[in-house]
Amino acid sequence: MGELVNIFIKSAFIENLALSYFLGMCSYLAVSKTVKTAFGLGLAVIFVLGITMPINWIINSYLLSENGIFGVDLTFLRFILFIAVIASMVQLVEMVVEKYSPALYNSLGIFLPLITVNCAILGGSLFMVSKEYNFSESVAFGLGGGFGWFLAIVAIAAIREKIKYSNVPPALRGLGMAFLLTGLMGMAFMGLMGIDPAAF
Amino acid sequence: MADTAISEKKKTIAFGKKERKLLTDPINDDNPITVQVLGICSALAVTTGMKNAAVMAVAVIFVCTFSNVITSLFRKSIPKQVRMIVQLVIIATLVTVVELTLKAYAFESYKQLSVFIGLIITNCIIMGRLEAFAMANRPYESALDGLGNGIGYGLILLIVAFFREFFGKGEIFGAKIIGATSEYAINTTESTLFGWYQGNNLMVLFPSAMFVIAVLIWAHRAWNTKLVDVS
Repeated sequence: MGELVNIFIKSAFIENLALSYFLGMCSYLAVSKTVKTAFGLGLAVIFVLGITMPINWIINSYLLSENGIFGVDLTFLRFILFIAVIASMVQLVEMVVEKYSPALYNSLGIFLPLITVNCAILGGSLFMVSKEYNFSESVAFGLGGGFGWFLAIVAIAAIREKIKYSNVPPALRGLGMAFLLTGLMGMAFMGLMGIDPAAF
Repeated sequence: MADTAISEKKKTIAFGKKERKLLTDPINDDNPITVQVLGICSALAVTTGMKNAAVMAVAVIFVCTFSNVITSLFRKSIPKQVRMIVQLVIIATLVTVVELTLKAYAFESYKQLSVFIGLIITNCIIMGRLEAFAMANRPYESALDGLGNGIGYGLILLIVAFFREFFGKGEIFGAKIIGATSEYAINTTESTLFGWYQGNNLMVLFPSAMFVIAVLIWAHRAWNTKLVDVS
């Protein structure tokens, strides 16, 4: 159990998907203008990462690996299957949420399709493969990664809401400033990176 | 009749003003990274060295062009509801081709790029071009559009990588340009240019990519004032 908590903390803070690997930057920059929308997208990312990670783990170890049911090394199909799983899971989640929780759907609705092309989701699955996690570890990694991404996007949205009232040079306004801020936040998170992973 | 048909056919594959615009627009006015802000993720991660950036640029140009052409060929037979999955499968197939090619012929780069080759699939610029252009245009125009966007993307990648590698390690394409040639040669300044220069490690780390792109956006918008964000 302690091991899982460590993976959760490590993936949320030390190896933050958004601020250490800069994954999912497109939606991170596009949807971080207000805290409210950033909050919705962040929740949706936790949700989808938490679901697709274990499914992709099962596919990778039981269908694609040499010891799987086909007994052949099919890892070259990894990209296609992973992205198909992500796209269909996102579609499925959208339909289920729409049916059973219209309130949640109204707050998440428009963000769900965006998540398919969020690199953090596919990147998370590929990292999970290269780090050779087992099933429960991959669940912890998915939830932790999602939580870290959620924190990052809410934080930058809050800063961007405040910075609207500052006197920024016109050419740097908006996008340029968002890049600078993310760089500074990334530097802050590098301080956490210095923590020795072996200590966990 | 036959003559007009031939001249029409010639017209469709001509390289006129409109075609040139398709190719050059994404390089300046509609640049994927500094204006459309798509495909940032991989731009940040692979720009520590110019060699990796060049490999990535070629890979993205290849995937972008061919996925545009293939999607454009099938654009009338793809049902609207499942078009995302179809597009993603097309992209994923091309990326698998790139991955296996790199694994066979450029194993060093393959090792260094690791998961970021796979992440070309979710590079928003490719998906964005398929959605915005290839689904509504003929294969020839789509090919030009894909090529233009790939080049616009690769150009920024190389510029960012140049700054990061030059100031971070004093190298260009892995060849030492400034700074001491080795640990032991720090004091022998006559053999190299600016022998006193110590590589700035911050430039190799992730945040510096953000700063370099921010400055690029700043410069680009100060020069091309119609791009300034008014909101």
